[in-house]
Amino acid sequence: MRPEILSFPEFSKRLTGRHLAALMGLPGRSGSVLMMAVTTPGAPEPEQEASACPPGGIQLPATVVEGAYPSLTPDHPQAHWFEREFFEQWGVRPEGHPWLKPVRFPQGHPGLTDFFQVQGEEIHEVAVGPVHAGVIEPGHFRFQCRGEEVLHLEISLGYQHRGVEQALPGASPGRAMAYVETLAGDTSVGHALAWCRNLEALAGVRVPPRAEVLRAVALELERLANHCGDLGALAGDVGYLPTASFCGRLRGDLLNLTALACGNRFGRGWIRPGGVAWDLDAVRAEQMRTRLGRVMKDVREALDLLNRSGSVQARFERTGIVTRQVALDLGLVGPAARASGLALDCRRQFPWGPYLQPPFPVCTARVGDVASRAQVRHDEMEVSARFLDGLLSSLPEGPVRTEMKGLASKAFSVSLVEGWRGQICQVAATDTQGNLLACKVVDPSFHNWFGLAVALRGQQISDFPLCNKSFNLSYCGHDL
Amino acid sequence: MLKALLARLNQGHRTAVGIPEALPDRTLGRPRFQPARCAEGCSECARVCPTAAIEPGKTLDLGRCLFCGECARACPHGAVRFTRSPGMAVRRRSDLVLAGPELQLAEALDEQALRLFGRSLRLRQVSAAGCNACEADVNVLGTLTFDLARFGIDFVASPRHADGLLVTGPVSQNMREALLKTWQAVPAPRLVVAVGACAIAGGPYFDHEQTCGGTDGLLPVDLYVPGCPPNPWTILDGLLRILGRVEGPGAG
Repeated sequence: MRPEILSFPEFSKRLTGRHLAALMGLPGRSGSVLMMAVTTPGAPEPEQEASACPPGGIQLPATVVEGAYPSLTPDHPQAHWFEREFFEQWGVRPEGHPWLKPVRFPQGHPGLTDFFQVQGEEIHEVAVGPVHAGVIEPGHFRFQCRGEEVLHLEISLGYQHRGVEQALPGASPGRAMAYVETLAGDTSVGHALAWCRNLEALAGVRVPPRAEVLRAVALELERLANHCGDLGALAGDVGYLPTASFCGRLRGDLLNLTALACGNRFGRGWIRPGGVAWDLDAVRAEQMRTRLGRVMKDVREALDLLNRSGSVQARFERTGIVTRQVALDLGLVGPAARASGLALDCRRQFPWGPYLQPPFPVCTARVGDVASRAQVRHDEMEVSARFLDGLLSSLPEGPVRTEMKGLASKAFSVSLVEGWRGQICQVAATDTQGNLLACKVVDPSFHNWFGLAVALRGQQISDFPLCNKSFNLSYCGHDL
Repeated sequence: MLKALLARLNQGHRTAVGIPEALPDRTLGRPRFQPARCAEGCSECARVCPTAAIEPGKTLDLGRCLFCGECARACPHGAVRFTRSPGMAVRRRSDLVLAGPELQLAEALDEQALRLFGRSLRLRQVSAAGCNACEADVNVLGTLTFDLARFGIDFVASPRHADGLLVTGPVSQNMREALLKTWQAVPAPRLVVAVGACAIAGGPYFDHEQTCGGTDGLLPVDLYVPGCPPNPWTILDGLLRILGRVEGPGAG
């Protein structure tokens, strides 16, 4: 694919009604910067959801900017975070941006910044982080409250910045795999897959059918383990210990299924350019299928308890609502978007291998509260488990890896993979020698952190842990 | 309520009794490094190692190892082989730099420290640019499979309630100050446990200017747990060794 270079007003117009998957810069001539967007079709109208998401339709509008340009955010709120990132990386100022400040603080001191403040006699401010109370990644949350009510939450990240995005193009093949598998450690498979699919596209290599199926197995196992862990953690956050305890164990059992295939509980070392590094022999595939069946039986029992508990549902329902319109405006992705009624799922929109036929079912809910985000995860676990069972009982024959070739020169590739948190977008471009020139990584968390901030408005501050868990976003995936 | 009790019965007793002798068959545990087998001039392992952990014919730095297994696949002489043994945590950084097949596993703390921490060890976890894999496999120790609390070990919310820190991640520049402040808030005597290749030596980010390349030089580390991420059994094995509850060489 090639970027389409447009005038700025035309570029801005082309974002209307589309989902902004990435906004990135490429060095232009004499100090200018080529601003390029990756856009995918916007969510279908609610009444069309049954037949939602026609496949395909990526567009790459681009425009040349230099020094400053009129901010896109007033017309396209989903550009808010991207423009801040663009300003931080390229120094080009979006004039009229409502809240222009760094997103990752690569120059250091991420806590030292002006936070949005609400003024008034009864207003107080609560600062949390970067070191939190649990075993969890660091980030800073600044609440503006009146009594218990949160009027505004500002989320300030960057503590996890490791410089991975800029290190990717020059890295050796082995080190690049280590980078992508640790971009967001709980999404090792999702990011590794997006990376490998870009390299294969640039090299013109086709992955054998058996490898594509095994990649789908890896991706769905990752989703199952994380969704299961999230549902358990949601139960734990409202003090419902049976499901918290069962799901904690079951998540581990699901991670162990990935370890059964490739040795690593997070799937590291499984996905490699050209296919997969580990095959599943018939005995192992059958063992995985049997164990999956057993785990899902226990999962159903644990979730049935959760769904039938009135006190749990009372805490989940109407908590942390993100309406459909807000989700659409902010460009949310993944289960968080689907919980607000946006029928967007890369497995349906950009299918490959076993996702091609039949069209993959998209699980949505309507209310956009914690209960909806829990329900979407629950439904997706059922869909993934059924899908996996089918894959494991009919693995195609053949090799699992093909030889990689050199990358095409002056080429461009976009990879979209539905990770368990949502749309993973990676972009790779090569120079005249066929070496990687630039890489862009957009973890689903990058889209969704602002969604969490908005979900907290008007909530009790004590609901923050629950709302946070219902999104369960990646800090390092955002900070890169 | 009845349903919850019934589910409790159905789900059964899941807590493992001891640390298993061997990890699952494809999992890479403690390596056996035999540089005596290296051929003159061969550097196949070093060529494929993503973190420059191997000096052919000389050393394998387990603190840098991501356990990708590429070296073992590339080596034509069988000089690097991975066993399935989970035990590989050590007390000193230098013990991770292997010059032969032996690995000096972590010894118990001294008598005074054991009197203080032996039956109750409270740790404050700090993720300093950890990717959430180490964090996840530390968290999992709290689930009923591992049931960390039965050994008197627990994670606490405040560093002031803690006997030490458990650090993950390569320590980004942006987390350096927060990590050091948390450390200062832990009352002495205090321990530091570095979990994972990143916390030990920076992992894949060992030479990034955005990171400190791990905890070494920042904090006095008492226990190093290698892996990317370490298997939960490896972490548990290390914690139990410094408390004197696991001894001996382990399987391997």
